[in-house]
Amino acid sequence: MSILFGKLTLAALPHEWFTIAGTIFITIMGIAVVAFLTHKKLWKWLWKEWLTSTDPKKIGIMYIIVASLMLFRGAIDAGMIWLQQSLSVGVSNGYISPNHFQQIFTAHGDIMIFFVTMGFLAGLWNLILPLQIGSRDVAFPFLNTLSLWLYIAGAIFVNLFFVLGGEFAATGWLALPPLSELQFSPGVGVDYWIWSLQISGLGTLLGGINFLVTILKMRAPGMTLMKMPMFVWTSLCSMVLVVSIFPILAATIALLTLDRFMGMHFFTTSFGGNPMMYISLIWSWGHPEVYVLILPAYGIYSEIVATFSQKRLSGYGSVVAGSIGITLLALLVWLHHFFTMGAGADVNAFFGIMTMFITVPTAALVFNWLATMYKGRIRFFTPMDWFVGFVFTFTLGGMAGVLMGIPGVDFQVHNTLYLVAHFHTMIIGGALFGIFAGITYWFPKATGFTLNERLGRYAFWCWIIGFFASFVPLYILGFMGATRRLDHYEASTGWQPLFIVAGVGLIIIACGALFQVLQIIVSIKQRKQNIDKTGDPWNGRTLEWAIPSPPPVYNFAIIPKVTERDQFWADKASKQTAKQVYEDIHMPKNTALGIYTSGFIFLFGFAMVWHIVWLAIVGLLGAISCVIIRSFDEDTEYVIPADEVAKMEAERKSFYG
Amino acid sequence: MDEHEKNDKLKLGFWVYLMTDLIMFAVLFAAFAVLRGNTFGGASAKELLSLPGALANTLILLTSSFTCGLAILAVAKKDKIGTQISLGVTFVLGLTFLILELNEFSKLVADGNSWQRSAFLSSFFTLVGTHGLHITVGLLCIIISMIMIWRRGLTPSISGKLVRLSLFWHFLDVVWIFIFTIVYLMGTIK
Repeated sequence: MSILFGKLTLAALPHEWFTIAGTIFITIMGIAVVAFLTHKKLWKWLWKEWLTSTDPKKIGIMYIIVASLMLFRGAIDAGMIWLQQSLSVGVSNGYISPNHFQQIFTAHGDIMIFFVTMGFLAGLWNLILPLQIGSRDVAFPFLNTLSLWLYIAGAIFVNLFFVLGGEFAATGWLALPPLSELQFSPGVGVDYWIWSLQISGLGTLLGGINFLVTILKMRAPGMTLMKMPMFVWTSLCSMVLVVSIFPILAATIALLTLDRFMGMHFFTTSFGGNPMMYISLIWSWGHPEVYVLILPAYGIYSEIVATFSQKRLSGYGSVVAGSIGITLLALLVWLHHFFTMGAGADVNAFFGIMTMFITVPTAALVFNWLATMYKGRIRFFTPMDWFVGFVFTFTLGGMAGVLMGIPGVDFQVHNTLYLVAHFHTMIIGGALFGIFAGITYWFPKATGFTLNERLGRYAFWCWIIGFFASFVPLYILGFMGATRRLDHYEASTGWQPLFIVAGVGLIIIACGALFQVLQIIVSIKQRKQNIDKTGDPWNGRTLEWAIPSPPPVYNFAIIPKVTERDQFWADKASKQTAKQVYEDIHMPKNTALGIYTSGFIFLFGFAMVWHIVWLAIVGLLGAISCVIIRSFDEDTEYVIPADEVAKMEAERKSFYG
Repeated sequence: MDEHEKNDKLKLGFWVYLMTDLIMFAVLFAAFAVLRGNTFGGASAKELLSLPGALANTLILLTSSFTCGLAILAVAKKDKIGTQISLGVTFVLGLTFLILELNEFSKLVADGNSWQRSAFLSSFFTLVGTHGLHITVGLLCIIISMIMIWRRGLTPSISGKLVRLSLFWHFLDVVWIFIFTIVYLMGTIK
């Protein structure tokens, strides 16, 4: 049996209430989806039009759907953490065991960073970047679908223990050793953690290479670097960081894997291992990672502020310089995550100063956005609401961060809820608000109709009020000495009321999320009223608004020529229409090999978690074979003839008038 | 899209990939530098590693890089047989390198100096072994390329693949030079 199933035994299958509940929930949802698809006979359509698609617009939408599901999972975790912290005071031990609590906050952190924020961003990159640079596709369509499916495989991995048994890591989101070593975490939780991050990280790395080459090589003729839209610029910076740091993550996790699987001693407490090295390595990935998340959000804000102020972005050059500055400085601040671990005064001082230094370009960006609004004809649609909300939360969180960048202060607040409040301010108030703004802004481009404004506004107000209600108490609790990852505290601390206030905030945020779901449903129902026939609902400035919504499969029937920074805005002003001469268009064929490759890698990871040797070999050989098959395939494109393009364009014109 | 434009993008993409691989190796080098003194009472690099063996391996790998270069010259001349012969020689040299390395590893393990013995040996096996794994992947790619050339000839697409393969092979050479210097030279001469 152990040859067949490795460590996977019946005893490992779900038997605790939360894994059983998870299994039941996932099974019911699964059955519902399968029944729906079978009833409507949609399987073939789903497979052909979506799952095997190499169209970045569809891949982008799939990323966003999966990220939304993961946001739901991460939010449930957040609720469970809060409930425990509100109940587990004094004589009461709350409703979950300490071990379960630790698994929840680990999963919450990993899901929100890797599968929510990164997933949403990958979605927006796929949807928007090719359009903004006037391209028909990304550089490597096959890598693109592979990235998506590796991401999905990783996302399944985080939830797999619900169904197949075992547990999740109880180590905190970065699985710091020696706790994550075999000696202290003998279960499969850390292995699930390892493979979900390793697989989805590989997807991110491939995506980073893909978009880097796309931006550098596939811009429309005339679009020099300094004519690129700001979202393209900040995404480029983000990609540079991705390709610089994700190899560090992969290597670091691989070393931990070797420790656990091969009995090596990189980070063990004995045999000469050095756990501190892991912490240094993982943070030299981890800190730049937050800039991978936030830089694209800066780009989104730059687009939105310019569009809704109906003005050119002020200080474009300084925004570009600021983004590049942030990119470089992002690689020089990681040690502020462990000031307290004895690097010495000189090293701490260097990293403290660098940490403060990075606020200079960041502040420059905020001032540039405010200057763009100055004397602009501002229209307050919901994307602008998110932006203004961002300015407030981000300024608060930024100042909280500067405070913590002082090593002396950090010794006081290190690993307290103050830190938790700080990074939630940056990631929710910075990155997530930007993502919501971007999704609202580009939704009509992807679907052809705008989102309901009223419900969007309700959602925004719930989010921002709930956010402050939820996290201001955590700043205060941090100053009072409440450490992070706390599953129990004494009543005499007097912390309970603040935890309850934070929970009320969480409920308000949940209402916001509910309004967002409602907003999507209502908008789809009312899509006829909200239809966008112009392709340019916001009076936009950049090339993505020059084409119809949703864009045809080839994006641009004629590749635009770029002479200006805000090319579409300039075109609208000059009212020139170029002569319509169509040519044959080459597009990539759909391929299922991305799914198969990622499926085999998934099997490999699963086999490694449970030590099933034969399955690991099958997975590895399968994945290699898929890549070899793909490399032999030279028939990867199809042609849309020029007359066909002319016909499709004419049909669109008659439909939209 | 024409082949030239495609190869152009692939080449840039491949360069970026090589740089990411280099960063990964940098992590392994850093780990080795931190841990190489941590022998935990076991044998050190000076006692375990043989400089002549490593030198022989270095020369074999350098020669294979030279023959790989010859293959690319033959591709430029559209010389199908010349390409195949040069690739074949590269493959044999690469395989020799790999066998010698595995031989060294098995001797170490047989003498009780496996990767489980100390943090130093963990980092040694990981760093050198990862390079060896890359060589294995390279060998696999050489076989696939030779099959492709045999079946389809030197099409623009395959020529592009061969250029990228040679980049990969030279890159492994560069990494090996660092391994030779930092692991073997600095480990044994002191």
